[in-house]
Amino acid sequence: MSTQQEQPQEPESQEAPEDPEMRGTESPQQERLKEKEQGLAQEEAVDESDLEGETVHLKVFRYDPEVEGKQEPRFDDFYVPFEKGMTVLDAVMYARDEFDSSLTFRHSCRQAVCGSDAFFVNGKQQLGCKTQISELKQPVRIEPLPHQEVVKDLVVDMDHFYDQMHAVEPYFQQEELPDGDLEEQRQSRENREKVKMSTRCIWCAACMSSCNIAAGDNEYLGPAAINKAYRFAMDEREDEEIKEHRLRIVEQEHGVWRCQTQFSCTEVCPKDIPLTEHIQELKREAVKKNLKFW
Amino acid sequence: MYEHDVIVVGAGGAGLRAAIAAHEAGADTAIVSKLHPVRSHTGAAEGGINAALREGDDWELHAYDTMKGSDYLADAPAAETLAQDAPEETIQLEHWGMPFSREDDGRVSQRPFGGLSFPRTTYAGAETGHHLLHVMYEQVVKRGIQVYDEWYVMNLVTDDAADPNDRECHGVVAYDVQSGNVEGFKANGGVILATGGPGQAFDHTTNAVSCTGDGHAMAYRAGAPLEDMEFIQFHPTSLPSTGVLISEGVRGEGGILYNAKGERFMFEYGYANNSGELASRDVVARAELTEVNEGRGVNDEYVHLDMRHLGEERILDRLENILHLAEDFEGVDGLVEPMPVKPGQHYAMGGIDVDENGQTCINGLYAAGESACVSVHGGNRLGGNALPELIVFGKRAGRHAAGDDLGTAEIETGYGPDVEDETETELPVQPGSAGLDTAGGVAADGSGVATETDGLIERAVEAERTRVDHLMDKDDGVQHAQIRAKLQKAMTDYVNVFRTDEGIRKALRVIRECREEYQDVYVDDPSRTFNTDLQQTYETRNLIDVAETIALGALVRNEFRGAHWRQENQERDDENWLKHTLISWEDGDPNIFYRPVILEGEKTYEPKVRSY
Ligand SMILES: Cc1cc2nc3c(=O)[nH]c(=O)nc-3n(C[C@H](O)[C@H](O)[C@H](O)COP(=O)(O)OP(=O)(O)OC[C@H]3O[C@@H](n4cnc5c(N)ncnc54)[C@H](O)[C@@H]3O)c2cc1C
Ligand code: SF4
Ligand code: FES
Repeated sequence: MSTQQEQPQEPESQEAPEDPEMRGTESPQQERLKEKEQGLAQEEAVDESDLEGETVHLKVFRYDPEVEGKQEPRFDDFYVPFEKGMTVLDAVMYARDEFDSSLTFRHSCRQAVCGSDAFFVNGKQQLGCKTQISELKQPVRIEPLPHQEVVKDLVVDMDHFYDQMHAVEPYFQQEELPDGDLEEQRQSRENREKVKMSTRCIWCAACMSSCNIAAGDNEYLGPAAINKAYRFAMDEREDEEIKEHRLRIVEQEHGVWRCQTQFSCTEVCPKDIPLTEHIQELKREAVKKNLKFW
Repeated sequence: MYEHDVIVVGAGGAGLRAAIAAHEAGADTAIVSKLHPVRSHTGAAEGGINAALREGDDWELHAYDTMKGSDYLADAPAAETLAQDAPEETIQLEHWGMPFSREDDGRVSQRPFGGLSFPRTTYAGAETGHHLLHVMYEQVVKRGIQVYDEWYVMNLVTDDAADPNDRECHGVVAYDVQSGNVEGFKANGGVILATGGPGQAFDHTTNAVSCTGDGHAMAYRAGAPLEDMEFIQFHPTSLPSTGVLISEGVRGEGGILYNAKGERFMFEYGYANNSGELASRDVVARAELTEVNEGRGVNDEYVHLDMRHLGEERILDRLENILHLAEDFEGVDGLVEPMPVKPGQHYAMGGIDVDENGQTCINGLYAAGESACVSVHGGNRLGGNALPELIVFGKRAGRHAAGDDLGTAEIETGYGPDVEDETETELPVQPGSAGLDTAGGVAADGSGVATETDGLIERAVEAERTRVDHLMDKDDGVQHAQIRAKLQKAMTDYVNVFRTDEGIRKALRVIRECREEYQDVYVDDPSRTFNTDLQQTYETRNLIDVAETIALGALVRNEFRGAHWRQENQERDDENWLKHTLISWEDGDPNIFYRPVILEGEKTYEPKVRSY
């Protein structure tokens, strides 16, 4: 089964910002600060002092193929005491440890590096550990990632996502290496800077889950895999030949040309990777290289 | 039953490197990991990898720094091997495409780090561990090495020779988290444990939820001793609600620590009149806790780290990622308010007793990475020395398990001719599991009659299936979360940065209670599908065993060395304590003994006062 039928109450913005080239030029922190100033934070933040000593109301998606009463998906309510700094992950961990040990979700690092806990929180793909409860409207609705098979509760099947990641030959390919003992390959600072954002991906699958195209075309490589290809294709340490090979992989029928620049992936990416931009750039490269395209 | 030459348990930096090396040496290699490889906690490392790469630096200096940093409790052959092999292994990562930070001439950058005599910490932004982990996983994908991900390893399969030095490891028993199936994995060449640190033994840690010391506990119960477990590094600046690490960089740039009264306590109370906030990790951590204990903590829990005076521009330029961390994980804006911080468990210097080839005293059983103790770090790990350990010793373990000849090891393992029994300290309670049924009605580990390998594995699989059935069929009792919370609290209260004889004894009593309560543990979730309740119940048992070895080590070592501080004897005591603490399981009736530290390798390392 899948949670696809669970529509977010407020659909994601489908519009591309006016000037895509302008995005990502400011540091994420600056952007966030600006957002704050302009009072444009995505959700109306609840005043934290209001929450002190209060309980937080969670509505958590439950499903288990084996257990009677859970085979039909349902939402369970949990009331968790609020603490300053509490994240969505803290809240579901509390609910599990104190109320229901069968509440199931992936998590590990608690610091946005392992990519385990992308959930659908109040209608948006977000990492549980990186989302402050105080910034959310209540009740906080927590669901598994849409467009992915649900294994149990908040756990989705990641195999398809991994398959797509593996499909782009996600490893450095350079036969000729410097001869000298302990001699590294040279890479300019500019080039390192160019690939930097693309190397930050933590494989959380939030982007894939937010993408309408991926939802409709199961073979579409998806934003994360294309970004992975970008990471290598733009790395000057690999030869031109291999770069062409990489472009061929991503410009196939279910590759970059599927992207309709809706920016939903870019919006949800917890690592602020300019995914749509990277996809666009690969399209341009493919055209430049005169590769046949669909 | 699955069968491979080499089975690597764990897919962090150490496990991935071991698997690549074993595969390259021609072995049919598989990785079994409870997390998908890219979820491993190696991804959280920020700072970098120490390697003597440049003119003016050499391995001797790196080895010297490491021995000094260890407070002379590292073994010289281990520190020297680390220092000698780190450059080649670091360049290997570059050749695999790791996006290191670069100099103007295109070469990889290095920066200074605490305790280093040369700026040799090679880094990739503030995400060195993330890149190291992903680059090595890419190489695993490239080679088509089989990965059983989200398989939880429950136990090792060994024969039951009376002396662990004569035992042999034949494989592991694991269950597929997604389906709940328990299966045997036969290893014809060897099993390599690369299961990471045991940080979850404490309730406040920079370690991941998955860092539960499973490998430690499994090796321990199979007969391999745990070494120097009392040496735990605490980081002075972690966020109170999650334990997320705020790097030293903030203090390096001029961040100031204040207590609740707004006093700059590092100076005002004389904890470090010269270096103040920049004193070494253990000094700052103890100062913070003293403030809290004496009633000057904020909310009786933490202190403030203030960087506002540095100005928005400088903060955004140099410490931007800190702003993210404080905002995302603590809900605090570091530009307008000070950040709350407190000491958190960070790293375990001790671990499974191995030699420089990664071998334990049990034939065919290896360990590498944070779960192992070669010992490179001795009493205290230098920042930037764990990541090179993963790749240097991960590779060696992989090669050795695959049959490569690495020469005879100089470091001894197990209970051998050089050891000395612990006789001084009276224990407050019986440690271990003697007389208790904590295995869920399953015969204690290592009993019964040895038969041929397949039979051994099948029997071990049966034992785990019985245990799972027992835990799941039981309808009431205690839940693991309750026991875990109690254990973690006791460790943080009594075996933290301040250690007193009395406190540690209290901890041991609580640990004993946890063991007793664990006899009545049950798993409430009735489902075989993705039963994390079951997995965590297994982990909690491992945490009890590991926590106990930490407390036992802390109790017997009555001196102050490296990260281990004892109220009763606040000095390093080289006369009596230039030796490793080892604890072996002995079928549930633990034995504590000592082995002299090796201060002579290619060079000799005379213990000196550790001052910087
Ligand atoms: C926040 C932070 C910052 C750090 N920064 C630095 C730094 O800058 N420089 C440095 O040198 N060091 C640093 N360290 C230390 C270093 O990162 C760790 O010591 C190291 O990454 C541990 O690697 P590992 O491969 O041993 O274990 P991990 O990466 O933790 O991997 C353990 C693996 O074992 C698997 N596993 C565990 N139990 C089981 C089981 N029962 N069955 C199956 N699989 C299992 C897990 O799935 C995982 O794949 C830092 C540590 C932290 C926490
Ligand atoms: S690109 Fe971003 S959203 Fe997509 S998997 Fe990577 S980190 Fe997650
Ligand atoms: S728990 Fe690791 S990303 Fe959230």
